[in-house]
Amino acid sequence: MRIDLDARPQRSALREILAPVGALIVAILIGGIVIALMGRSTIEAFDVYFVEPLSQSYSLQAIAVKASPLILIAVGLAFCYRANLWNIGAEGQFIAGGALGGWLGLLTYGGAYQGALGGWWILAAMMILGALGGLLYAMIPALLRVWLNVSEILTSLMLVYVAQLGLDWLVRGPWKDPGGHNLPVSVNLDPEATLPILFDGGSLHLGVLLAPIVVAIAAVVFSKTLFGYQVRLVGSAPKAARFGGFNDRTIAIAAFAISGGLAGLAGVVEVSGRIGQLLPSISPGYGFSAIIVAFLGRLSPVGIFIAGLVLALTFVGGEDAQIALHLPGDLTLAFQGVLLICVLAADVLARYSLRFTWGARS
Amino acid sequence: MEQTGAGGGQPETPLLAVRGITKRFGAFTANDNITLGLTPGEVHALLGENGAGKSTLVKMLYGLLAPTEGEILWQGAPIKLPNPNAARALGIGMVFQHFSLFDNLTVAENIALVMPPSERLQDVPGKIEGISRAYGMGLEPNRPVWSLSAGERQRIEIARCLLQDPKVLILDEPTSVLTPQEAEKLFETLDRLKAEGRALLYISHHLEEVKRLCDRATILRLGKLVGTCDPRAETPRSLAALMVGSQIMEVRAAGAHALGKDRLVVSHLDAPSPSLHGVSLKRVSLAVKGGEVLGIAGVAGNGQSELFANLSGESLAARPESIVIDGAPVGALGISERRALNAGFVPEERNGHAAAPDFTLSENIVLTGHGSDGLTRLGFINGVAAKDQSQKVIAAFDVRKSGADPLARTLSGGNLQKFVVGREILREPALLVINQPTWGVDALAAATIRQALLDLCARGAAVLIISQDLDELFEISDRIAVIHTGELSEALPARGTTREEIGLLMAGMPGQTNASGEGGHAH
Repeated sequence: MRIDLDARPQRSALREILAPVGALIVAILIGGIVIALMGRSTIEAFDVYFVEPLSQSYSLQAIAVKASPLILIAVGLAFCYRANLWNIGAEGQFIAGGALGGWLGLLTYGGAYQGALGGWWILAAMMILGALGGLLYAMIPALLRVWLNVSEILTSLMLVYVAQLGLDWLVRGPWKDPGGHNLPVSVNLDPEATLPILFDGGSLHLGVLLAPIVVAIAAVVFSKTLFGYQVRLVGSAPKAARFGGFNDRTIAIAAFAISGGLAGLAGVVEVSGRIGQLLPSISPGYGFSAIIVAFLGRLSPVGIFIAGLVLALTFVGGEDAQIALHLPGDLTLAFQGVLLICVLAADVLARYSLRFTWGARS
Repeated sequence: MEQTGAGGGQPETPLLAVRGITKRFGAFTANDNITLGLTPGEVHALLGENGAGKSTLVKMLYGLLAPTEGEILWQGAPIKLPNPNAARALGIGMVFQHFSLFDNLTVAENIALVMPPSERLQDVPGKIEGISRAYGMGLEPNRPVWSLSAGERQRIEIARCLLQDPKVLILDEPTSVLTPQEAEKLFETLDRLKAEGRALLYISHHLEEVKRLCDRATILRLGKLVGTCDPRAETPRSLAALMVGSQIMEVRAAGAHALGKDRLVVSHLDAPSPSLHGVSLKRVSLAVKGGEVLGIAGVAGNGQSELFANLSGESLAARPESIVIDGAPVGALGISERRALNAGFVPEERNGHAAAPDFTLSENIVLTGHGSDGLTRLGFINGVAAKDQSQKVIAAFDVRKSGADPLARTLSGGNLQKFVVGREILREPALLVINQPTWGVDALAAATIRQALLDLCARGAAVLIISQDLDELFEISDRIAVIHTGELSEALPARGTTREEIGLLMAGMPGQTNASGEGGHAH
């Protein structure tokens, strides 16, 4: 038997919207089978993963708090992926941004440098430094790609480990809290360096609002501006882009800058908003999960917004499942991997139809 | 007309025939109930425009596609051709339009690659020399392929087929990359094959050639058989009308019109080849006046795309003054800046170069118009203005499409070409550089495009056309220059110059009278 892929003559908007939904359903079914094979109740697990988090105020807030870094990073990745640049090092850019922005928080610890100005500027400066940290870190693969034609896939991925180990060293060394019983943690950031909580007693912080703002701006950039047009064009038809007079190198650097900047911003928001200090590890893999978010959202900002909420749900549900059902935390990552494969497969099926040919070819 | 060949069988029993053959791809019918037969000792032309279904039909005859309905008959008996090996085993050979040769291997090595494993490599050169002598092909078995001209490469492909002693030989657009002299040499080989009683199926849209060579012609239009005729009893115009289904308007030259000043001057332009087997431009000089069409002829791969890239600004010249547009040295300026000087450009490849296939037509208006025409403001695209402009192009050039603003990829070749040419012409450029304006375009669209180029020229613009189609160049050019291995000849007046003179220049042999088409590809 042989399977041929035939390009569908017409693209259908409905099919392209339904593809990720179908992928999600198939991934949930596969997850259910795995849980059943592990000897647990699939119904119960489904309830813990997908129903309970949506029925409690605190877990809804947790979903929003986890979704916002995913959405910020994934919107940035959409710029790269639309331009046919495969930045898979957002995790490293997230850490670089968190570290550089967090560094200002540590520097101003205990009211230092506030002087006559007061402390109002610290948060804003941290956000800017965070974005800058991610941006500069993303420039390494971007410039290597543009100048020397080095594969950005390898460089961006490998730089993740550099960032992870770098932060680990900083927090165990120069940035360690002297009064922290030798634990590898920094001091707790001052209130001036911490994003305020929106509602008393909740976990929603000010940084969460960044996600919808960035999504709205990105949606306009992609659909209405010449810059968004160039990004799409460079990825879709590079020769036509050169014919149009657009410089693909400039676009590559700009796309990486946006991607790295947004990942860095997400990193500092996480440090300043949720964690409140620097730890050896500040991300549960947001930079990698955001790749899934970007594809699940079809590289469109609005789609990414929805997809980010779905992925955040699996993070929150996965934490609950560890507690309630003693399911391993790695199951969440495995599920996200299955989801990505299903999304990519659904993309193919949306554009091609399968034709089964029986019998051997003579 | 039908000679009794040495190939055996009754003269009225075709060697290879199709009966009621239909091929569907999904909802699209590429071949609809086609019947034709090839008798030994005949050269049978398969005529039709691009998309008429010629390639689909021959792919079925060569075992590359399976028919949806109908049958293929070999000497009267129905057969199945599951793959090209089966076709070759019966005695069906095919010479494709695009060569599949390894540049870094020799002629003999390339041929040995497709021989049965029982053949020994050291025997191959002897066999090639035998074939080459028998058919006057002049092949040297030990030459590396990269050093050969297009005509020599094609002869390798033909020799490759002949080594298997086919009874039926299918040739797909064999002269599209040849000079007139090389084509004449090919016809001599084909005449010899015909005299041996082989059947030849000859696909072409060069009607003069078909009249010269073929005994019968089968004409396809939109997948259907529209007729079989004796091409020698027809005129090229009547054959064209059969192919297109209606009379084609004659392109009307603007008559005597005044020439303006030089709008494009290229002097001593040198451009090193960007790749190993690419072509370097060597001291290219030319000038085009307002109101003039300069045609650039040449066999494919002699530096045409490099010349276009240098003229458009996709590649930059070393010296700014080597390219001058309306008095301004532009060699160091990019394509957007050259457009700002009111130059327009249309590259050869429609999908992916002249237009982004997955972008809508109005988005493709922005591709070349973003610097002008009020299409952008403060970094934002004026979508309404782009749609307006797109509608103007669609109306002025009768671009057929489905939907209000469809993706470029959904248009047929001819309609997309009309769109990308019209996009530039409606900007009223002072200079238009266009590469292969009607390549793979149906005859009606080609006539529309040629007329539009002449009209633009009559309004005072300078037009530079790079084309491999000599008929086209003679039809609309005032002067013709020839590009060969990156060097450009003097431009000759189109009236008063013969195809043979241009053909010699295309083969790199200026001033020679003996047309051999051989060995001119000096490297």
